[in-house]
Amino acid sequence: MQMTELIKYEPHTVYIKPSKGLAALNLRDLWIYRELIFFMVWRDVKVKYKQTLLGMAWAVIQPLMTMLIFTFLFGKVAKLPTEGIPYPVFSFTALLPWGLFVTALNQGSRSLVAHNNMVTKIYFPRLILPMSSVFAGLVDFAIAFVILVGLMFYYQVTPAWNLLWTLPLFLLLAIVTALGVALWLSAINVQYRDVNQALPFLTQFWLFATPVAYSASVISEKWQIAYSMNPMAGVVNGFRWALLGTGNGPDITLWVSVGISIFIFISGLFYFRSMEKTFADTI
Amino acid sequence: MTTAISVKNIGKQYKIGAAETKFRYNMLRDVIVDTVSAPIRLAKAMIGKSDRRMNQNFVWALKDVSFDLEEGKVLGIVGRNGAGKSTLLKILSRVTEPTTGTVSVRGRVGSLLEVGTGFHPELTGRENIYMNGAILGMRRSEIDSKFDEIVDFSEVTQYIDTPVKRYSSGMYLRLAFAVAAHLEPEILVVDEVLAVGDAEFQRKCLGKMGDVAQQGRTVLFVSHNMSAILRLTQEAIVLNKGQLIMRAPSQEAVDFYLSSGQSQAGERAWSADDIPVSSLPFTPVSLKVKERSGKVVDTVRSTEPVIVEFEYRINSPVTGLRVGLYISTMRGEYVFTSFDTDSPDLYEKFDSRTAGRYISRAEIPADIFNEGRYSVGVNASSFGVRRYFMDENALAFNVDISGAPGTQWGEPRVGPVRPRLDWKIEKLD
Repeated sequence: MQMTELIKYEPHTVYIKPSKGLAALNLRDLWIYRELIFFMVWRDVKVKYKQTLLGMAWAVIQPLMTMLIFTFLFGKVAKLPTEGIPYPVFSFTALLPWGLFVTALNQGSRSLVAHNNMVTKIYFPRLILPMSSVFAGLVDFAIAFVILVGLMFYYQVTPAWNLLWTLPLFLLLAIVTALGVALWLSAINVQYRDVNQALPFLTQFWLFATPVAYSASVISEKWQIAYSMNPMAGVVNGFRWALLGTGNGPDITLWVSVGISIFIFISGLFYFRSMEKTFADTI
Repeated sequence: MTTAISVKNIGKQYKIGAAETKFRYNMLRDVIVDTVSAPIRLAKAMIGKSDRRMNQNFVWALKDVSFDLEEGKVLGIVGRNGAGKSTLLKILSRVTEPTTGTVSVRGRVGSLLEVGTGFHPELTGRENIYMNGAILGMRRSEIDSKFDEIVDFSEVTQYIDTPVKRYSSGMYLRLAFAVAAHLEPEILVVDEVLAVGDAEFQRKCLGKMGDVAQQGRTVLFVSHNMSAILRLTQEAIVLNKGQLIMRAPSQEAVDFYLSSGQSQAGERAWSADDIPVSSLPFTPVSLKVKERSGKVVDTVRSTEPVIVEFEYRINSPVTGLRVGLYISTMRGEYVFTSFDTDSPDLYEKFDSRTAGRYISRAEIPADIFNEGRYSVGVNASSFGVRRYFMDENALAFNVDISGAPGTQWGEPRVGPVRPRLDWKIEKLD
């Protein structure tokens, strides 16, 4: 297995050569191409709702509809416990990071294959593709967040004030998790399009494994650690804790989620980088 | 002079053959076994221990290629299909990475083959200029400063705020080309073989290339068009089966390329390693130039018909296949193109062909060619679907004009054709 590393030797000179061992992350190139990340995000956002009747309203309708269905099924019919929070607010709080994650996962995993003409024709750090797909989801997130604020006013749920600093941290955890999984899946997808087939099933399965429709407190005590191996469980619990004050706040289960998330992210980075050299040949 | 590009022992290995073994199911049992073992295979493949490695063949698309190019020089690259020309350009522009060797490149590498990469149909012309510029590695400030120039060059000023999906294909290409042309890289790479667009557009590409060369920047130019190579480059390298076999002044390199690999006997046979895997199910066998008597010849008479015989194998049934000839002069100008199913009745009869050995034989009538040497290219394709096999310079033959019209004057005549026209002279008074 050979890899290429590019070293800036003197201004303007690029050395191209195969090397062995783990690829350097080459963050320098990522920095040089930082504007491209911005442009890709900007393009994704601009194009997403083009030629739709409802436009940006879809960013509101999608989570709102899911919330209504959940409210009917799990709130009214199944009457799941919500720790005293009105079910619509309870589920919508979870649907925010979940929506971000699903979009990032789906777009991110398909990003390399979707842009195969870029990959086979020009050089740029390939990391930009999954990264910008993940960041593009933040715009939908921001719009849906406004709706959540409205819902909280309507149901008179008072948030805890420490959310100002805890919420961004949980958002970051959601992004790191989504990006980590997207790095793995997008790189595998280049060679094995099985990923495309597995994605719908994977997201559905993941939704059930994450306390979006229900509360994490229904999981029995001895399974809590195993349950929090799913980093999205940590994210969703964290969002509920930061915004609604439910649950215990940061405890061992959160750190397990954080640890797994960072592990997926770091290993994803290295896997992606080690496969990067073959993308243009195998895509 | 400083060195712009320094290539040292570059090699690029590709895996081939993996795809063919993958779907070769003979029995239901194979399918079941394959399905059951699929997760294991996936896991193995992910950690890089593919169990299919046994079935994989490796080919060297490039092997041990070394050359230096000084700043401001224009270098032509010639070679047959599969000689490694495009692979070399891809390595230089960092799209793919070499398996062995090192390259140092001084400055930004831009290429005219990436025109329109990243264009999004829903975005306006203005938005696409910024998007495309960023993809090509331009800073936003750089695009800002060149924006008006790009718009002027593209001639789409009044539609600049219209989504490009409403553009005509010509407008689309002009805009895309305008962005690429204003990248102003220190090193420009042009792969004419892959260039898209109409003749007009290709002329524009070549014109731009000439301008760039005039400004003293380094240019690498890949083409099958020998006259373009001769016109635009002073020096050229010849690639053959991934190896650099010659570097010389363009005229010398072109002469060498055109006469190499083409047997003197008017016959060309393909061996297994000449044929790219991608050509399957089509396998070329041989190409012959004959006299009417059936004798294989290197030199034909302009006044006699010429028979061109292309033998090939089809390994599995194909629909829509057409096998054709491209006749061109040694300078790369096409004389004509013809396909075996051009006539309606042959088209009906052979549009779908079963597996087997075939010969497509064409008789080129007498009184077509002028004096000189001509190249026969062969092509097997399904129109609009796929090109199975192509070799633009499969064979060459000489034309002798003794007895042709106008030879009583003994002067050379311009133009590649020398038809026997039906002249009438009338005296009017």
